[in-house]
Amino acid sequence: MAISRRSFLKLAAGAGLAAGASLAPAPVGARPPVPRLPEAVGILYDATLCIGCKACMSACKEFNGLPPEHTDPRAIWDDPLDLSPKTVNIVKLYTHGSGLAKDREVDGYAYIRRFCMHCVDPACTSACPVGALYKDARTGIVKYNPDVCIGCRYCQIACPYNIPKFQWDSPFPRIVKCQMCDHLQARGSFPACCRFCPTGASLFGEVRELLREARRRLALKEGEPTWFPLRRVDSGSHTYRAAPAYLPYIYGEKDGGGTQVLMLSSVPFAKLGLPALGEDSIASHSETVYHALYKGMLLPYLVLSGLVYLVYRNTTKKDLP
Amino acid sequence: MHDRLESLPRNFGVLSRRDFLKFCAVAAAGMGLPLSAGIRMAEAVAEGMKKPPVIWISGQECTGCTESLLRTTHPTVEKLILDLISLDYHETLSTPSGELAEAAKKKSLEENRGKLILVVEGSIPTKDGGIYCQIGGKPVLQILQEVAPQAMAHVAIGSCAAWGGIPSAGPNPTGAVGAAEALGGRYAFINIPGCPPNPYNFLSTVLYLLTFKKAPELDDQGRPKFAYRRLIHEGCERRAHFDAGRFALEFGDEGHRRGWCLYKLGCKGPETFNNCPSQLFGDVGPRSWPVGTGAPCFGCSEKQVAFTKPIPELASLRYFTPGGIPVEEVRKGGGELRVTPPVAFAPIEAPKGSGVSSGAAAVAGAAVGAVVGAAAAMAVKLGQKEPPQEGGGEG
Repeated sequence: MAISRRSFLKLAAGAGLAAGASLAPAPVGARPPVPRLPEAVGILYDATLCIGCKACMSACKEFNGLPPEHTDPRAIWDDPLDLSPKTVNIVKLYTHGSGLAKDREVDGYAYIRRFCMHCVDPACTSACPVGALYKDARTGIVKYNPDVCIGCRYCQIACPYNIPKFQWDSPFPRIVKCQMCDHLQARGSFPACCRFCPTGASLFGEVRELLREARRRLALKEGEPTWFPLRRVDSGSHTYRAAPAYLPYIYGEKDGGGTQVLMLSSVPFAKLGLPALGEDSIASHSETVYHALYKGMLLPYLVLSGLVYLVYRNTTKKDLP
Repeated sequence: MHDRLESLPRNFGVLSRRDFLKFCAVAAAGMGLPLSAGIRMAEAVAEGMKKPPVIWISGQECTGCTESLLRTTHPTVEKLILDLISLDYHETLSTPSGELAEAAKKKSLEENRGKLILVVEGSIPTKDGGIYCQIGGKPVLQILQEVAPQAMAHVAIGSCAAWGGIPSAGPNPTGAVGAAEALGGRYAFINIPGCPPNPYNFLSTVLYLLTFKKAPELDDQGRPKFAYRRLIHEGCERRAHFDAGRFALEFGDEGHRRGWCLYKLGCKGPETFNNCPSQLFGDVGPRSWPVGTGAPCFGCSEKQVAFTKPIPELASLRYFTPGGIPVEEVRKGGGELRVTPPVAFAPIEAPKGSGVSSGAAAVAGAAVGAVVGAAAAMAVKLGQKEPPQEGGGEG
């Protein structure tokens, strides 16, 4: 039986394709969601308690050895406009109209603290090709290992909150982000932002405790006198004031697969610059896609077959020895 | 100016002209008036030395305001106030008592119709016909109603007289209210709240009244703007510690001993309008005011704060002091008392460039196109065989 080289190669490619496909049971199931770690720690930020004093910002810089930043040439103080390699925690301001009343969407203003949300299923660790960003197996803090980082900055593109920052001006650049003061936690302390917050707007604790506290606050009636823990959810010291008008929503409970930083506010979170992400994490979507593509080496085989085919087609007798 | 000074008498009561002018200059400066206003004050007093009659009514009070007034020292004001004004009736300071004091008040009322200065100290009980505070068998509410129409100026000294103070704190068994409210808002009271108020705020107001024959500029709560225009938080000497996030956490701790911000101990400076940090108390120099001595402000002069909010409760920062760069449109220097929205914060969306303009895109596109075209042309040429070299050449 005469078989031309052409048809043989065609056949071979088809067989290889079929073999690859048979290894990958199609359709590939979506990657299951990642559950919260039982001992995960986090921060509850209550924008209604925040007074914009920036004590968290100065404490953050002091305890993380970060320099002040001068955006306005007239300013002699630290005045970052956004997160940067020098600023891993920032208090931002929402204003509307006359901006005279706090925590009001119309003609009001509100503060919002932005820092790493410490996702339950982080996109940055998923995107990092070398595991330089990784999630602590016990506390769930998203940490950074500069020794293995290759500087690809995929994490910057992956993060839905635009948190990781790259030291563009350094000859040996690193990725800089909030690591929830893990160096302080290793010494038995807790994040500086929560330790120095005068009003309890930033509260440190185990995530399950913080979720319970957040739900307690949402259950309060507006104006009802109540108490708010200071510094840590289990500190035992409290401040007393009337309950504000909360939006009945805990940002971070489910958003983007859940985060270990939870937020409460009176102003819609979209106005405060927090993205609407849905309940699935970005990593679960992207990993579903590329795990499917690489299942049974499907994608490399396809690409290789295509390349072989192209080379074959463009090969003439003259090229053969 | 020299002539004007010469024309003043050599002595004002027990004071020399020099000392009195000094006092007037200080008082004028305290109100933010030019120095010439001090001379006008002295002239007003010197003008025949006719002393305006003052009736001082005490309601539910502790006499703290009077005591505070007696402790002014530049000059010895208990003498000055007796020489400057004719204090016809004052329950603490009057020499006569009982029937004689009441007779003096009656006489003054008859002689000085429409020329009196009425000063009210203490809150006025209104419940049950005001029987909870009576003087000479008459409820103080009734006394006030008799005197108020005869006065040309009405001054309420202390938080009690201004808005009710301690007696009006919940559950307010006597129905205590401030003087203006007790009279149904018919008279424009100049309120000098405080517990006690700074005596110089009161003295300055009285001198202003005598000099210009009108009330100083008042805010919406009837408080003179020269004293109550700014938040304590704005002028506080510990403000830098607030901005830097350095707080005393409990009395006597490291931060407290080092003079850090008292916000976490419940300081109400951020919601109280008063001039304590700049005016100070007792004339003993710097730090002689509550926050300066390490005690958090409890907002004694501010309605809805003092005697209402618990002392450890954190102050709300409803009235935000603009930090950083002043917004000229909102807050002109020495301008209106108003709440300003916060400035000097990063916006929600970080400012970005507007991207590439269409012209720049066209130029860049043309350049890239030219390079690509040249490369393509070169590639085509590379594939072609070299044309055979023509013989000859330079041989």
